[in-house]
Amino acid sequence: MNMRAEIQRTPAEAAIVDAFGERLSLLPGDGAIMVKRDDAIEQIKAGLPTRRVESWHYTDLRRLLASVPAFDASAEAKAIAPLLEGSTLLSIVNGVSSATPDLEGVSFQRLGDKLVDGSYAPALVTYGSDDAVGALNTAFVADGYFVDIEAGTQLEKPIELQNIQAGGQSHVRLPVRVGAGSKAIIVERQTGEGVGLVSSVSQLLLGDDAEVLWLIVQDQPETATHLAQFKAELGKNARLTLFVMNAGGKLVRQEVIVKANGEGADFKLRGVNLLAGDSHVDVTMVLDHAVPHTTSTEVVRNVVTGRAKGVFQGRINVHQIAQKTDARMACNTLLLSDDGEFSTKPELEIFADDVACGHGATVTEIDRNHLFYLMARGVDEKTARGLLVRAFLAEVIEELEDETVVDPLEELLGNWFATHG
Amino acid sequence: MLEIKNLHARIAESGTEIIRGLNLTVKAGEVAAIMGPNGSGKSTLSYILAGRDDYEVTEGDILYNGESILEMDPAERAAKGLFLAFQYPMEIPGVATMEFLKVAMNSQRKARGEEPLKVPEFIKRVKDAAGTLEMDFNMLKRPVNVGFSGGEKKRAEILQMKLLEPKLCVLDETDSGLDIDALKIVSDGVNALRSPDRAIIVITHYQRLLDHIVPDTVHVLYKGQVIKSGDKSLALELEENGYAGIIEEAA
Repeated sequence: MNMRAEIQRTPAEAAIVDAFGERLSLLPGDGAIMVKRDDAIEQIKAGLPTRRVESWHYTDLRRLLASVPAFDASAEAKAIAPLLEGSTLLSIVNGVSSATPDLEGVSFQRLGDKLVDGSYAPALVTYGSDDAVGALNTAFVADGYFVDIEAGTQLEKPIELQNIQAGGQSHVRLPVRVGAGSKAIIVERQTGEGVGLVSSVSQLLLGDDAEVLWLIVQDQPETATHLAQFKAELGKNARLTLFVMNAGGKLVRQEVIVKANGEGADFKLRGVNLLAGDSHVDVTMVLDHAVPHTTSTEVVRNVVTGRAKGVFQGRINVHQIAQKTDARMACNTLLLSDDGEFSTKPELEIFADDVACGHGATVTEIDRNHLFYLMARGVDEKTARGLLVRAFLAEVIEELEDETVVDPLEELLGNWFATHG
Repeated sequence: MLEIKNLHARIAESGTEIIRGLNLTVKAGEVAAIMGPNGSGKSTLSYILAGRDDYEVTEGDILYNGESILEMDPAERAAKGLFLAFQYPMEIPGVATMEFLKVAMNSQRKARGEEPLKVPEFIKRVKDAAGTLEMDFNMLKRPVNVGFSGGEKKRAEILQMKLLEPKLCVLDETDSGLDIDALKIVSDGVNALRSPDRAIIVITHYQRLLDHIVPDTVHVLYKGQVIKSGDKSLALELEENGYAGIIEEAA
């Protein structure tokens, strides 16, 4: 009856299923959590998604995930300095959190504790049969941080949630609740070294009138598989800017699932994807405008070198009652090598009749006119190309305006070009 | 300083020949005007001098200080002192004008084996140059030419020229898009650069620019050749009678 069940498992699928059997006794959680884990592993057993699954069309996970490393308890990872100066740092090394700091207006909890006592069970949900990242994470998640920012808290310093892997597997969750009227900058840092498989799920609950700038900075080594999900729900007049920078990894999927649930909510996605070598980097967004008078803009800029492949899927669902939605999406790619690839798939599903929605995508090379102009002023070709590529990306970064955020991001950009330019 | 010998050039993509046996000599200290009807090859000549690869030189040579520049890319030519003020300056989003000026100046200095400029010295030079051109310094914090009016773009070109201190300046229709006041400011800027060791080539349709930048020589370009050369009175004659007489005479 079920065709999928009869499919021969790939080595990666077999390794995941076997690892679950071996890890089961070590995974934290009460009965309710364990039921969720069982359901999740059943989903994996049915097979990882292939290109025949619409949302995975350009990232055939079953084919691309060639192998899965074993858990490695001896892997040594070290926390690194936070990206933004003065940040409150919460690090997870090799999948394990550490003691939480004190910060006024904020309570931190180690997620492992919330799994053990079962209080996290209701939040362990996948969002459909194609949610392979959610399923993998639900099956294995062992730790992370739960961050609760009280209503009316204006955080002066950023919070950095740092996930450092050192090979093997790590599966973490980063749930963050931001109370009404609060304001915060949150950095999600995903990096490490070695042949790792990382799954990471961030869940942001943004209260009414709250404002958050969330930065995801991923620069895994070119041997790592990074499967990540960022989910957010926006209350009334809440404002979220999500900035995603992918600057590493071999196989990367970053899902962004946002629901604008309160009137007046505004969501901005800004993305910079730097692709080199043999990497495959996929950013997939599903955005729901669920109520009237919400706005969103997405600007994703990609640079593709080497034999890298990139994907951006942007799906915007405008619900029937969501009149006066204003949604704009743009994806621009600079293809710098003949062997690189980038696939863009915008999807607008609009059920309301009084909305303004638009999308645009471009794939180009460096503008020859711009190059000539710079060279005619004495700038050598290599420098001129570098300047133009960085300008293309810097436009998105500089839009963040805050110097304390822009400068470190531009430095990361500079580092990437120093290695890959 | 500049010697163009029997130059033939065509558009690389289509093979259309634009420059057909052009000869021109410009000496150090000279201001040469190149005039000619639309489509005579004036702008093409400026691009070929700057090294744009949309054009292919099929015959002849361009000597700059006795050395052929045909094999040099645009950056090498610029570092040797060649400057083209564009008819349509490019807008480059994301590159701040100040950053661009700094990179350009220091690239040329580096190519000549000089130390990069210190930041305060760099800023002082830009401020001084912008002041004489009556440009708002804050404008230079914006991306290169983005949101500049036509006149502002032309001023920005002259600003770059002042800062880069080239030896051979080619001004491609710098007067187009300028009102009378701006024309005066820009012309003054160019005149201030006149010097015995610098040559300036002014490409223009109209006499009015030459009232401000008075040329030593005037050359008429038609169908990719210089068909007549003379002194500044030639420009006045053209203004009066148009190109038809000279074209007939040359035919």
